[in-house]
Amino acid sequence: MSDPAPEAAEVKPRRWTLWLPLALFAGFVALVLIGLMRPADREVASAMIGKPLPEFALRPAFPGRPGLSRADFVTGGKPRLLNIFASWCIPCAVEAPQLAQLAKQGVQIDGIAIRDRSEDVSAFLARNGNPFVRIGADDVSAVQLAIGSSGVPETFVIDGKGVIRYQHIGDIRAGDVPTILRKLAEAQ
Amino acid sequence: MIAELGLVALWLAGALAGLQLIAGSLGLTARGGTLAGVVRPVAVVQGLLCCLSFVALIVLFCETDLSVKLVAMNSHSAKPFIYKFAGTWGNHEGSMLLWVTVMSLAGGFVALVERRLPERTMLATLAGQAFVSLGFYAFLLFSSNPFERSSPVPDEGQGLNPLLQDIGLAFHPPTLYFGYVGLSIAFSFAIGALVTREVGPAFARAMRPWVLGAWIFLTLGITAGSYWAYYELGWGGWWFWDPVENASLMPWLAATALLHSVSVLAARNALRAWTVMLGVVAFSMSMIGTFLVRSGILTSVHAFAVDPERGSFILVLLAINIGGALTLFGLRAASVSEGERFAPVSREGALVFNNVALSAILGIVLFGTLYPLLAEAMGAKVSVGPPYFNPVGAIFAVPMLLVMAVGPLLRWRRDAFARVRAIVVVPALLVLLVAALLAFRSGIGALPFIGLSLAGGLALASLLPLRGRNLRRTPLPVWGMVTAHLGIAVALFGMASDSAFSIEKLVAARPGETVSVGPWRIVFDRIEPVAGPNWTALEARMKARYDGGAAVEIHPQARYFWTPPQQTSESALVTRWNGQLYAVVGEDAGDGRWQLRLWWKPFVTMIWFGGIMIALGGLLAMIGRVASDLRRIVARGKIAYRRGRQGR
Repeated sequence: MSDPAPEAAEVKPRRWTLWLPLALFAGFVALVLIGLMRPADREVASAMIGKPLPEFALRPAFPGRPGLSRADFVTGGKPRLLNIFASWCIPCAVEAPQLAQLAKQGVQIDGIAIRDRSEDVSAFLARNGNPFVRIGADDVSAVQLAIGSSGVPETFVIDGKGVIRYQHIGDIRAGDVPTILRKLAEAQ
Repeated sequence: MIAELGLVALWLAGALAGLQLIAGSLGLTARGGTLAGVVRPVAVVQGLLCCLSFVALIVLFCETDLSVKLVAMNSHSAKPFIYKFAGTWGNHEGSMLLWVTVMSLAGGFVALVERRLPERTMLATLAGQAFVSLGFYAFLLFSSNPFERSSPVPDEGQGLNPLLQDIGLAFHPPTLYFGYVGLSIAFSFAIGALVTREVGPAFARAMRPWVLGAWIFLTLGITAGSYWAYYELGWGGWWFWDPVENASLMPWLAATALLHSVSVLAARNALRAWTVMLGVVAFSMSMIGTFLVRSGILTSVHAFAVDPERGSFILVLLAINIGGALTLFGLRAASVSEGERFAPVSREGALVFNNVALSAILGIVLFGTLYPLLAEAMGAKVSVGPPYFNPVGAIFAVPMLLVMAVGPLLRWRRDAFARVRAIVVVPALLVLLVAALLAFRSGIGALPFIGLSLAGGLALASLLPLRGRNLRRTPLPVWGMVTAHLGIAVALFGMASDSAFSIEKLVAARPGETVSVGPWRIVFDRIEPVAGPNWTALEARMKARYDGGAAVEIHPQARYFWTPPQQTSESALVTRWNGQLYAVVGEDAGDGRWQLRLWWKPFVTMIWFGGIMIALGGLLAMIGRVASDLRRIVARGKIAYRRGRQGR
């Protein structure tokens, strides 16, 4: 070759690099196999499960009713449900019949109303029924964030020692009631 | 009767694919030479039989033959004719049959017309094509038979998912399949070339129209899909980095890289092993994308196509096809003789840079898409979104765009940057000027700032290859390249303008109130209930005025479907040359006020306009290439004819 050969050229790849695509693909297949083998579990597991409730004391959501504090859960008795809701939240109205059903079966339910006004809360409860024993008002979502809840509605199972045992994200559908009851029984 | 005919045709086509594989493979051996002659005719007949089978299924759907299970499950006698017709592939079995039909027809076409390649490479290519098809035939015949009868025969069909009763969606899967099938042909060519080690310009020229065609369809598919998500989902966004969007983007990125490296191989006989690998990767990405969507292993908005068992079947096919091809690559690529040399600063060098950047972006998207799966395997749950994809992708996209501006101006083989410096200084100055002007506006994010600054300069630079040319004698492929690169600049401008200048307003308004967003004043007249065939809706009546101009009526709706119960929002759009007004009506706020969501999105339409330009560029290049191929074939025919006469 007499013409001035360009200095850099298409360098012949090393042998092992030719196997790299296959190795990457094998990794992909392995990953997917692991994914397919695992049981379909699309629930978001809460990092707060097994942790005790943080210290808090909330004023009553509307006058003439008790407020809510950590001490209300540390009773040494039966597990309770803690429902995070708001009068302005539409799925909260959707889950009201399920909460009522749970209350009728003797489940003790406490509520935390998020960023709400007392007149709105009482109107909401008048419309949808009141399954709650106590309702605390969380005006700045402080308690909500502290217990690892990112939206409304959410429902927690709290055992008699004040430890979070289960977190249900979103509204409770009729199909979710057995799960909630089972988690309550497990938390005994 | 028709169903049985279709099934028999499908079985025969499958058997012929088996014959094609065996005869093609044996034809490569020393003793099997006599078998080689049957491969091409078999490929053609296989395509025709498969097509016959698909036509039979279309007839069954159009007649609404409810004795066929698939028809009964997916159709309804009262459905409009066009949806009966399109319903043929609006389900898993039918769409798979459509895929294998297009694939076998394409294979038959290649067998019929492709005469440039050495005969041995052709045999290996057609055997490879038959191998890929066989997997799909087995899939159809053993696990998703579209012609299965049902007994007893139901009185009425179950209808088609209402979400899919949309004319755009009726043609969405075929568009994608044309793209995927084009890449499958490229894949087979790559296999054929690896088997016979004949990688060169003839191979690249044979492969190029298929890659180009696939790339055009994928570009159109992504552009249309993005617009669909934009107006249908009602979030005002046009790209969500959803797994399914990524599944469509990855083959496109690979095909874009392949398109460019094939050009290098065709023109300069360089990048041999790399082109072959991209040929394998592009189709692999199509299959991986299909698998990710169908298997439901990643949750996404396309969840209606989910079926884990079939997902596993596709995984096996995938492992055999891709694993086999990459093993062949590992064994053979080292012995594919080295291509022509070139300097780093040269047209080839720029194209190599573009290829590396595209591959890096492909890797980033693939990693981000699979990361939730990886994290889950390690026991954590995460989702990956724009905060990862946008900046990490931009790290490679921005240098790639800069090289895209300069690359086409460089000469093949070796060049000096000093030669083009005088030319690119004008677009470079434009970039700096826009950046300087934008610097005075506050509140523009880093990425939109970069995008807006680059767009004008890129658009100008993309036109530079035409400089000094006689425009009437400029070859179509050059026009194609210029159009596509200009389209990239236009789309970039749209994306950056949307992120930088969009104005969003979320209000709770009473009927009669006026809302202003950007230059628009919108009078909210009233809310009215409206009813559709299988939905009811609350429709907002609004009058929108741009900058005091004439009033335009807009009617966004919140729709409630009852089978299955589902709520969708139909956004209302007003398109102007300089952008779009986007209105969505939301919940009843309870006290006579309604949630209205309004956006003014300057130049957002440029995103899809750019996408169409990119596809148009591909089309121009394709026409140019095919026309010159035809001319060459005709000329060769004439020579042969004259020789024949002289010989006599």
